[in-house]
Amino acid sequence: MINTDAIIIGAGPTGLFAVHQLGIIGLKCEVIDNLDRAGGQCIELYPDKPIYDIPAIPECTGEELTNGLLKQIEPFKANFHLGQRVEEIKKENNLWVIKTNKGNFFSAPNVIIAGGVGSFEPRKLALKEAERFEDSQIFYSVTNKAIFQNKKISIFGGGDSALDWALELSKSNEITLIHRRMEFRGAAHTLNEIKQKEKEGKILIKTPYNLKSIEGAKTMTGIEIEHENGELEKIKTDYVLSFFGLIMKLGPITDWGLNIEKKTIPVDTETFQTNKQGIFAIGDICTYPGKLKLILSGFHEAALAARACFKNARPNETYRFEFTTASKSIHDRLGLKK
Amino acid sequence: MPKITYITHDGEKNTVEVPTGLSVMEGALQNNIKGIDADCGGSMACATCHVYVSENWLNTIEKIHDAEQDMLDMAYEPKKNSRLSCQIIVTNDLDGLEVTTPVKQT
Repeated sequence: MINTDAIIIGAGPTGLFAVHQLGIIGLKCEVIDNLDRAGGQCIELYPDKPIYDIPAIPECTGEELTNGLLKQIEPFKANFHLGQRVEEIKKENNLWVIKTNKGNFFSAPNVIIAGGVGSFEPRKLALKEAERFEDSQIFYSVTNKAIFQNKKISIFGGGDSALDWALELSKSNEITLIHRRMEFRGAAHTLNEIKQKEKEGKILIKTPYNLKSIEGAKTMTGIEIEHENGELEKIKTDYVLSFFGLIMKLGPITDWGLNIEKKTIPVDTETFQTNKQGIFAIGDICTYPGKLKLILSGFHEAALAARACFKNARPNETYRFEFTTASKSIHDRLGLKK
Repeated sequence: MPKITYITHDGEKNTVEVPTGLSVMEGALQNNIKGIDADCGGSMACATCHVYVSENWLNTIEKIHDAEQDMLDMAYEPKKNSRLSCQIIVTNDLDGLEVTTPVKQT
């Protein structure tokens, strides 16, 4: 069990700035995120897209913003627990106890939910039969590429993940790359390599096709794909890899006894506390009259929630408002040399 | 005010007035239309406001851009007449537009 002053759920920009706001007022925190890296939607959905409405930063990408925030919070040495999802929150002796899907436990008087639109999960194939073969013959990510040796592999998708894995696995397997339209989206050099492999007969490209059905009872023996014009074609296949990006799901958050309105959590705008004492919600996941789903709003919400956390974490101390320009204690927390 | 009709995958129709300048997605959210999730809030990053546009309207609405087409690759069962409703801005020309929502968004 890790004990701390505040547990932050979500390592997107709002969660990261909450680390900062807790840090400058002298509170410790632990950050948990389902993704395997910090940055949330910024890094997962639009790492290369420019953002134009961060105050004093005329233009920056999602990745640059994330890196800037990570640098800004370095002095506070917050621990990140990535690649795990919070499953349960329970109250024990006035503290909130959190359990993740990896079996890790945390406790704190404060929990800040900065969970965006929920946790990211791979988008799965639409066919119901796909569930039966999931993790045995149908995969949404590659964790062990050793199993792919001299196999027939059908890869679905038109983006970088699909293209990169098609190239990589074509070294020792028969690859069929299937996409719903003629155009692929991917780096130019990747597309050239794919074309080259197609000429060499290492990759068979099927466009514009969609998955129609899966064949086989206990084991999948093949698939049937459908051309845009309705023509069907059978393909023998040992494995299916499907790369349709990530979706966001609220997940276990709905089971924690919090009020939820249209997939968001109503909060009091003075403290950003939810209906549960000591549980706060900030960023895209919170709602209140006038709420804007902007990163800059998330920053403001983080600042107020952090101050509210102070009262719970240090009940016998008085919170004093201080400026970073002038406060010696803040300078100490930032590790500035005198 | 232009009227937009949202049809669910099993045929239930909802016709609402949507002010010009709003997107078809926003029109759906403001009127509690089921079947449009819009998780990313209209930043063209999630494909959960996916709709099918009736064929006769495809030429009236503004043409699809590459970025939207790329995002539609991620949508649930995209078809030739698929669009992201966050990218269709309501104008007076779109009065009477009909869009159908897919079986599900994710």
